[in-house]
Amino acid sequence: MTTKSKAVKVKQTTTSGKSKQSSTKTTSKVSDFGRKTVRDEIVLSVKDLQTQFTTKWGTVKAVDGISFELKKGETLGIVGESGSGKSVTSLSLMRLVPSPPGHIVGGEVILNGRDLLKISEKDMTQVRGGEISLILQDPMTALNPCFSIENQVGEGIRIHQGLRGKTLFQKIVDALKSVRIPSAHQRAKDYPHQLSGGMRQRVVGAIGISSNPSVIIADEPTTSLDVTIQGAYLRLLKQIQEETGVGIIFITHDFGIVAKMCDRVAVMYAGRIVESADVRTIFNNPLHEYTKALIESVPELEQKTGRLKQIKGQPPALWDLPEGDSFAPRSPLKFSEKDAKIRPELVEVTKDHFVQLSRCSVKDFNKYSKLVKY
Amino acid sequence: MTTKPEENSKSPVPEAPGCNTASKDAILQVRGLRKWYPVNKAVTFFGRDIIGKTDLLKAVDDVSFDVAIGETFGLVGESGCGKTTTGKLILQLEKPNAGNIFFEGEDVSKLSSAGMRNYRSSVQAVFQDPWASLNPRMRVNEIVGEPLSIVTTMTKEQIRKKVGELLEEVGLNEYQANFFPHEFSGGQRQRIGIARALALNPKLIILDEPVSALDVSIRAQIMNLLVDLQDEHNLAYILIAHNLATVRYMCHATAVMYLGVIQEMGETEELFNNPQHIYTNALMSAALPSHPDIDRDEIVLPGEVVSPINPPPGDVFQSRSPLDVDPKHKYASTRPPLVQVGKKDHWVVDTPWSIAPENMKVKLEAR
Repeated sequence: MTTKSKAVKVKQTTTSGKSKQSSTKTTSKVSDFGRKTVRDEIVLSVKDLQTQFTTKWGTVKAVDGISFELKKGETLGIVGESGSGKSVTSLSLMRLVPSPPGHIVGGEVILNGRDLLKISEKDMTQVRGGEISLILQDPMTALNPCFSIENQVGEGIRIHQGLRGKTLFQKIVDALKSVRIPSAHQRAKDYPHQLSGGMRQRVVGAIGISSNPSVIIADEPTTSLDVTIQGAYLRLLKQIQEETGVGIIFITHDFGIVAKMCDRVAVMYAGRIVESADVRTIFNNPLHEYTKALIESVPELEQKTGRLKQIKGQPPALWDLPEGDSFAPRSPLKFSEKDAKIRPELVEVTKDHFVQLSRCSVKDFNKYSKLVKY
Repeated sequence: MTTKPEENSKSPVPEAPGCNTASKDAILQVRGLRKWYPVNKAVTFFGRDIIGKTDLLKAVDDVSFDVAIGETFGLVGESGCGKTTTGKLILQLEKPNAGNIFFEGEDVSKLSSAGMRNYRSSVQAVFQDPWASLNPRMRVNEIVGEPLSIVTTMTKEQIRKKVGELLEEVGLNEYQANFFPHEFSGGQRQRIGIARALALNPKLIILDEPVSALDVSIRAQIMNLLVDLQDEHNLAYILIAHNLATVRYMCHATAVMYLGVIQEMGETEELFNNPQHIYTNALMSAALPSHPDIDRDEIVLPGEVVSPINPPPGDVFQSRSPLDVDPKHKYASTRPPLVQVGKKDHWVVDTPWSIAPENMKVKLEAR
């Protein structure tokens, strides 16, 4: 899964000659202290991750065998509607799935060479908020109203870096400054209710980046924000990424955010990745009907949109998934019942473009039918 | 722009900039609408709160617009700009401090109780959150049938039949009338809300963020349903939204609000193709692109949204303008009116610091 073209995109912002090398396929091991640009160095690699919940309706396969890789300085967007398993994916990476009822039943999550699913809970506590951190959706609930900003930003730094007193406070102020919070010294003493929504979301961001993580998982971080504040926040995340070279996993249902932020996209449906490619391929040449429909069902800002295309039906209930291709009941294509019963595989159709090939949901199936056995 | 209430409810609707009473058949005309909430300023004195002087939160301040029959009027702006309060005032859920609402040429504040009942059934609402706007203890039959049983003299059997028809119309099935709201998904619940709003054959529906709580794949279904219903029943909508793309898709005319004041208003396509006000341009530049190749330069306004408590006496936008504000200019201390742009249906607050210079104009280009 080496992304050549994506490297080029981020590279545009840099002028150094080094970045040019990074767009070649050779694995770059040169560390220049985290100075941005996509390298081919993989920080996070997820293989066949499976998370299930035991409920009274039966076993819910919330994440059903997904695999992806995240490179240094790259932004991966995981897109899907609610119930598609994107948030459970992020919780599984952090090993925060509530258990019971949830269990990670299989797969690997390799972060900087270590399988997070195999290490002890004690080691995992060090990883959480250290090497990998999570920015949650709602800043109103992500911050504790009873503790000051200083306390909440400092908690991670204290635990992971063991700092105390003045050095700790300096670190806290630095973290708040890095998310462009004005007069950070005073703000550090404030409580969450004293800040506006945009400021609060920045504080959540400061907690996320305070420990110099290799991976940030941002779970719909801007859904509760206004357009202008959202714009500023997204710009800020990009700047931080350029400064630190952190890999970001963006979990969203909004293709606008994907278009603005992401280098690569994985589209999830019913717990599985149905299509993944670099962002331009996804927008210019989507193959799966679900991806197409998601992009076309959003009105465009740039021109008057004709009648919107709509996806028929509802997102499926995960405890009652149709056998075989789970998108078949909502697909606009014509197919036989036999085709719908085949469980499709994710296949690399062109370089770096993976699609779940099924007669039910890929129009040009015959073009690629050689790639699969069914 | 302020209007004196007339004696007779049939009196002609006053003129206001941006409101072209002559050319259009307007169903709803809003003139000089104002909603100021008193806010008590607490003063602490030896640990005790003493109520000091009262501040005014100017949620809606002198708003005038027309809604044409069978068309959609969009109100856009950031949270706290007064768009929802405007909707509440029209629904008579709040009483305005000043200003008038004319429905089919009649002043709503002077309606008789029978006229008011008629108004309330002609103007309906669909709310943002379909999880909160439906009573979980009532069956769909009761939710959709309630307005019918209150206003009309229909029998239970007739109501049941009508509810079945309404559900079919919004894309649900008749047998689902016996279900409770929790048995439906978000999109289906919003359909129930729309069916309830349609029950009394309204002429105007106020849509307060009708799709923002829904899943992406469901949004298109609901937007298309609303457009179809509009064509079928010749409904007028007031769409309150913060998503500009939704507004461009649904609305015929659009007003951009900031701090309780309409900053720019006009025919939607004209407004999007030629935005004049810096604030409108800033909103458009910050909106998310529809393709990764679209890379707009963002116009960043200094500061954050100002509190609507005791806003500046003149132009409300002056504290956010990136241009120099002349404190001696007359609009720094008096409210500027809307001024027509060219000869088109396009109106903007015209002060030296609110009109975007060429380098701040956003060109929305499709890829």
